[in-house]
Amino acid sequence: MTAPPAARTDRPLLEVKDLKKHFPIRTGFFAGISGYVYAVDGVSFAIRRGETLSLVGESGCGKSTVGRTVLRLLEPTAGEVWLDGQRIDDIPLRRLRPLRRRMQVVFQDPFSSLNPRLKVREILAEPITNFGLASSASELDDRIADLMDKVRLPRDAVNRYPHEFSGGQRQRIGIARALAPGADLIICDEAVSALDVSVKAQIVNLLSDLQDELGLSLLFISHDLAIVEHITHRVAVMYLGKIVEIADKRTLFAAPKHPYTEALLSAVPVPDPTTRRNRIILTGDVPSPIRPPSGCRFHTRCPHAFDRCKVEEPALRTVAPGQVAACHLHDPAAQPVARAA
Amino acid sequence: MSPDTAIAAAPAQVEIFAPETPRGRIRTFIRRHPSIVLGGALLVTMIVIAITAPLLSSVDPQALAPARRVRHPSAEYWFGTDMLGRDVYTRVIYGTRVSLIVGFAVAVLSSLLGLVVGLVSGFIRMADGVIMRIMDGLMSIPPILLAIALMAATRGSVQNVIIAITIAEIPRVSRLVRSVVLSLREQPFVEAAIAAGTTTPRIILRHILPNTLAPLTVQATYICASAMIIEAILSFIGAGTPPIIPSWGNIMAEGRALWQVAPYIVFFPALFLSLTVLAVNLLGDGLRDALDPRLAKRI
Repeated sequence: MTAPPAARTDRPLLEVKDLKKHFPIRTGFFAGISGYVYAVDGVSFAIRRGETLSLVGESGCGKSTVGRTVLRLLEPTAGEVWLDGQRIDDIPLRRLRPLRRRMQVVFQDPFSSLNPRLKVREILAEPITNFGLASSASELDDRIADLMDKVRLPRDAVNRYPHEFSGGQRQRIGIARALAPGADLIICDEAVSALDVSVKAQIVNLLSDLQDELGLSLLFISHDLAIVEHITHRVAVMYLGKIVEIADKRTLFAAPKHPYTEALLSAVPVPDPTTRRNRIILTGDVPSPIRPPSGCRFHTRCPHAFDRCKVEEPALRTVAPGQVAACHLHDPAAQPVARAA
Repeated sequence: MSPDTAIAAAPAQVEIFAPETPRGRIRTFIRRHPSIVLGGALLVTMIVIAITAPLLSSVDPQALAPARRVRHPSAEYWFGTDMLGRDVYTRVIYGTRVSLIVGFAVAVLSSLLGLVVGLVSGFIRMADGVIMRIMDGLMSIPPILLAIALMAATRGSVQNVIIAITIAEIPRVSRLVRSVVLSLREQPFVEAAIAAGTTTPRIILRHILPNTLAPLTVQATYICASAMIIEAILSFIGAGTPPIIPSWGNIMAEGRALWQVAPYIVFFPALFLSLTVLAVNLLGDGLRDALDPRLAKRI
């Protein structure tokens, strides 16, 4: 509809700089704030037009919070969010409203993400009328019919209620709603995690097709690396509120540089029982985001941790073309540490 | 794999079921929701009795007949007569009016006011603490005591009874609405609406309000039942409907002294009160089951 798939400028569509979201903990009615949950603690990334960036990590690492903060469903604590060259994290919500047209969201749960009391037509008409994108009733109908075609649902289904659809079909309705205002960026927050394997594949393929057709940028938040490998261009790995590694999909899956990425990748099931795999089993639990470990946040569970990791936080640095990682093992300035490969 | 064929096949499934006839639909409804049907039928009967009271009895409910005091139930005086010779049947029939008016008025008023209070405190976090502490304070006083206190401060009339019971019932509704609003606010469909640029008033109107109506309706029926009981109690202890208006509480209060010689004076209004409250509660239970989205998903 709007932007062509190829990038016209070098300017990324979405740029997130040092984003932080800390949730205050209040213990009692009169007690003040007794601490913070450092859910997102300094996250930076950029998404180009027509590109898919996947945000992966285990539950509770803050990946969904990143998505919700970018959408300003949550107010960021610090940092900057730029949408197509315009800063959106500090403008009043009133002024943000017209910009919301350009970024939409698809949620995980296909049941609670659709209002049970509205027909599909009303659900899809809402964003269109909010942004005044249809001048007449017939234009609105045309747009809705077009959206149903895009997500491969029958046009006459618009007069039904959400409970009359299956999980996969409801997720298609959710995608159609995200497409309705003609968004450039769609944030898929675990959008396929609640679906059966076969339906999951259909929805993932639908998202890829739509991306090719409309030149969408996707922020694909997921914990499922097999799906991520299928759909994404680049991957950002999160651990405890921070990004530990960002790389092109091929590079990341072939040669992960951060020990946490290595461990995550080694946990992906391989559909071949005869393969001998070198599994890296992490010990211990994820530390609490209320009191994150000093230095590198991963040092409590990292098989390669050494003294420096406990005191100094590693910065994200380029370790290979198109690959950045935050790990002291890859610091060229420090003495080379022999890695047990 | 092809999603198109899978979905194109879906609508056909609907037509597998034979189209229902209207009569078949009514029969299915009765089978599935017996308590709505029973409670609704009882309640409709009571409403008909209240409206047609002058047709059901040709006697004036206030007419005194000292010569015919304390007659036992007979063909002439179906429910007997009281200590002033008034026809108990006629008085009980007319008493239906007071009970139903108070029950319905309190249910409607407290639902509307509680809805407003609940929406405000669910949406405006600044006001929430203050409003909810006031509601907690009101709730800590038993509703019957609060109603007695409010009646003591005003003149006895049906209107004041309604106001007093409404004030006592508002906290329950507003708590319910607030909790529903708070959980709805976190629902992904509300967040999707925010992300789609819907303004807050429209979100309340389109997404929040319609989803609070089902639990609110159920709550309203329980409040209706409890308002009828409180009205009867207030009238019984002389703090409610003025004695010149026949209400079930008044009739029972007047018959109390004669309980040992003429128990029917108390028995018949009590029976009517129990039946009406039972009807409303049955209706409420049935509605709760029918409106529960998890149970309603049955085809």
